[in-house]
Amino acid sequence: MTDVTLSSVKSSGNIRQLAIYLTRDKLALCAALFLILVIATMLLGPLLVGEVAGKLGLRQRNMPPFSLDNGLIYVLGADTLGRPILARLIVGAQNTLGIAAAAVSCSMAAGGMLGLIAGYSERWYSHVILRLADVIMSFPSLLLALIVLYTLGPSIMNLVIVLAITRMPIFIRTARAEVLELRERMFVSAARSMGASSARILFRHIAPLVLPTLVTIAAIDFATVILAESSLSFLGLGIQPPDFTWGAMVANGRAYLASAWWIAFWPGLAILLTTLSLNILASWARTVADPLQRWRLQSLRKAVR
Amino acid sequence: MTTPDKPILKIENLTVDFLSEGVPVRAVDGVSFNVCQGETLVILGESGSGKSVSTGTVMGLIDCPPGDVVSGSVMFDGVDLAGLGEEGRRHLNGRRIAMIFQDPLAHLNPVYTVGRQIAEVFEAHGEGGSGVVRDQVVHLLERVGIPDASKRINHYPHQFSGGQRQRVMIAMAIALKPDILIADEPTTALDVSVQSQILELLSDLQRETGMALIMITHDLEVAAAMADRIMVMNGGKVVESGKAQDVFTNPVHAYTKRLMSAMPHAASTPKQLDTELRGDVLLQVEQLSKHYVLGFGPFSSKRQFKAVDDVSFTVRRGETLGIVGESGSGKSSIARMLLRLDIPTTGRAMFAGQDIFKLEGVALSQFRRCVQMVFQDPFGSMNPRMTVRSIISEPWVIHRDILPRPRWKDRVVELLELVGLKAEHADRYPHQFSGGQRQRIAIARALASEPELIVCDEAVSALDVSIQMQVVALLADLRERLGLSYIFITHDLPIVRQFADRLLVMQRGRVVEESDTEILFNDPKHDYTKSLLNAVPRPKWA
Repeated sequence: MTDVTLSSVKSSGNIRQLAIYLTRDKLALCAALFLILVIATMLLGPLLVGEVAGKLGLRQRNMPPFSLDNGLIYVLGADTLGRPILARLIVGAQNTLGIAAAAVSCSMAAGGMLGLIAGYSERWYSHVILRLADVIMSFPSLLLALIVLYTLGPSIMNLVIVLAITRMPIFIRTARAEVLELRERMFVSAARSMGASSARILFRHIAPLVLPTLVTIAAIDFATVILAESSLSFLGLGIQPPDFTWGAMVANGRAYLASAWWIAFWPGLAILLTTLSLNILASWARTVADPLQRWRLQSLRKAVR
Repeated sequence: MTTPDKPILKIENLTVDFLSEGVPVRAVDGVSFNVCQGETLVILGESGSGKSVSTGTVMGLIDCPPGDVVSGSVMFDGVDLAGLGEEGRRHLNGRRIAMIFQDPLAHLNPVYTVGRQIAEVFEAHGEGGSGVVRDQVVHLLERVGIPDASKRINHYPHQFSGGQRQRVMIAMAIALKPDILIADEPTTALDVSVQSQILELLSDLQRETGMALIMITHDLEVAAAMADRIMVMNGGKVVESGKAQDVFTNPVHAYTKRLMSAMPHAASTPKQLDTELRGDVLLQVEQLSKHYVLGFGPFSSKRQFKAVDDVSFTVRRGETLGIVGESGSGKSSIARMLLRLDIPTTGRAMFAGQDIFKLEGVALSQFRRCVQMVFQDPFGSMNPRMTVRSIISEPWVIHRDILPRPRWKDRVVELLELVGLKAEHADRYPHQFSGGQRQRIAIARALASEPELIVCDEAVSALDVSIQMQVVALLADLRERLGLSYIFITHDLPIVRQFADRLLVMQRGRVVEESDTEILFNDPKHDYTKSLLNAVPRPKWA
C-alpha cells in the first residue's frame, strides 16, 4: 500500500542521508561505533602498546583479570607467559582483521563474480565453475589449506589466498541461486528486449539485487575465517610467531580453559563482537539499499487522533 | 445465532494509515459498512482505493507498522475484534471468517498435497480425527467441482489448472462453514469462461450455507453478476453504496458515473476503420511454431507440446493487431519470440525486409530499438532498485546514438508528461506508484527509443476498468500522433473492440479466426470465438 504521496527519497549516494539512516537504527549505530573503535586501535594501538605485548613476565603468568595491581594494561589478565592480554588483543587486531578482511573480500568478489556468470550463462564454463565449487566443497578445506601452504610455504599472502579459495563455494552457490531466480524476472526480459548487453543486465540489473545477500554472508563468514586461520596457525602454517592473531590466542588458551579461562575468553569475545557488529551493519545496509524496506529507517509520524 | 436482518459484520468509521517518511498515507478513510447473513456485498474500486486494506483489517492481516489503525471498530457477531487478541482472532479466522485470494498458486503451499492443506484447516481448529477428515476433504473437493476427488486429494497444487486451484482455495475456505467469506479479486487471474464457473460456484455455495459474501473486485461485470449490495471506493473513501441495481443503473456520485461509463459493454463505440492509415507491411510472420519437448522415457515416445502452431499474420504500419485467447493459447509465446526473447522452432518473421530470427550484432541492436514491449505486470517489468528517471533513460544508455546525454533529463520529463505523469515523479521508485501509473511509466520507457512497433502483452489486464480505458486511450492517442503500430495481446475481448483494427483469435496455439474487429464481433464464425463472446457475466438482476 505504498503511495505516490510518499515524499521522494533522496538518492542513497548522499552521505548525510546515510548518517541519518544510521542514527535511526540504534543497534547499527552501536555496531558502527564499535567497528570504528576497533579500526582506530588497529591503526594506533601498536604504536602505544607494541612493546608491552611481547614482554614476558614470569610473575604475571596466568594472572586473573580485573586487577589493577600491575597497571591498567593487565586489567584483562595475562597469558601463560605473563604477557598482558589487553595489549596482545590490540596488537593482534591488525593481523587478524587484515587477514580476515582481505580473505573475505577476495572470496566475496571472486565467488560472487563466478556465481553471477555461472547463474546467468548457460555455456560450458558455467558448469565448470559449478563443478569447481563442488570439488572445493567436497575436499576438507583444512586439508586443502595444509597441502597448499605446505607446498607454497607459509606467508600472509598465501594464507589469504588459501582462506579465500576455501570459502569461495558458498558465495558461488548463493550468487548463482539468486541469479537463477532474478534472470527470469520480468525486468530482465524487459532489459533484454530493449537490447541491453549481457554485461549491462548482469551488473546493472542483477548484481545490485544479489549484493546484499553476499554482504550478509560475508559478515557471517568473517568469524569462520578468523577461526580457520587460527587452526592453520596452530599447525604452524599460518602466521608465524612472534606474530600472532586473535585466533591464535584462542587456540593457545584452549588448553587452560579449566584453570585460566580468560586467556581464550577475551580474544573469543573480540571475535564475537566484531562479527556481530559486521552482521548488524550488513543487515542495516541491506535495509538502506532496498527502496521497499527503507521506510523502516525513516521517521514515521502517526496521524493526530 | 443471528437473525437474518441483523448484520453479522459491522465496520464503523475505519481509518487506516500507512506510515512513511513525513506525512502518513491514508489508505482507508472513515469507512463504514455491514453485511448480513446470506447477503453479497461487493466492494468495487480501483487498485489502491483501500478495498483490500479494509477487509484485511477484518482478518487482522495488516502489519503494524507500517500499518496503523487510527480509528474505527470492527464488530463481528456482536464482538469487537480489536479486543480479541491473537488467540481469539485465530479462533475466528478460518472457522467463522474465511478468505480467498486472487492468486491461488501463491497462496497454496507447493510442497504439500491439496488434501493435506485442506485437512490442515480442520486440524488447526481441532476438528475431527484423521479418518473422518479425509472423508470430509473428499466431500469438499467434490462439492467445489473437482472431478475424481478421492484421487485428486493426493495431488500437488501445480498439477491443477488455475481455475481448479481457485476451487481448492474455496474448498479450504468453506471447510468449516464460515459465516462470512471474503473473496479478494477471486477471478481476476482467470479467463472469462473459468471466471463464470467460479462465480456460479460461489453463488451456489452461498445459497446452500447462507453465508455472507464480501467480494472485492475491480471488474464491473463481476460486480454486477454477484452483488446484492455494492459499495464503491475511491481514494480510501466510500463514495457510493446501495442496492446493486440502483448503483449500476442510476449512479449518483461523479466517480461512479465515470466508472459505469467505462463499462465496456455499456456503450461500445466501434472503432472506425481508417483505411488510409494502413500503410505498407511492417511485420510479416510466416508459419511460426514453438514446440516444447515434454520429456520422454524408455517406453514412451517423445511428447511435444505445441505452444504455437503454424501461425501467420501481418501487421501494417499504423495498424493495431489484437491477439485474443485464453491463457495457455500461445499468445505470450508469440510476443516473446517476436522480441527475440525465445527462439522459435520453425518459421520466419520479416520486419522491414529482414528476418528477425536471423538478426545478429548491429542489426539486432537496431531491431531492438524499433520494436518495444509493454509487459503484463508493470511492477515486475521494472527494476525495483532503479528510479523512474533511470528506468526511462535506460534505452538511451543502451543505444548511445538516440539522444545526447545532456538532453536526457528534459526528455524524461517530456515523456512523463506525454503519458500523463508529472516531472517530479522522475526521482521516485516504481513501488511508489499505483498499477496504472506504473504501466504509464512502462509505456514511457517503450516510447523512449522511438519505436515503430510496440508489442503489448496483456498490458492492461492487471489494471482496473477505468484505468484500462485511460491506458488504451493513451495508446490510441500515441498511435495517431506518432504513427505507431501495435500488437495488442489480451484475453479480454471488450478492451480490444475499441482499439484493434484486426483480431486474431487463438486457441491451443492455433489461429482459429482472423478478421476485422467489427466483423468478428458482429458475426463470429468459429465456435470458440462465439463462446468467448458469450462468457461475459450477466447482471444478477437481469
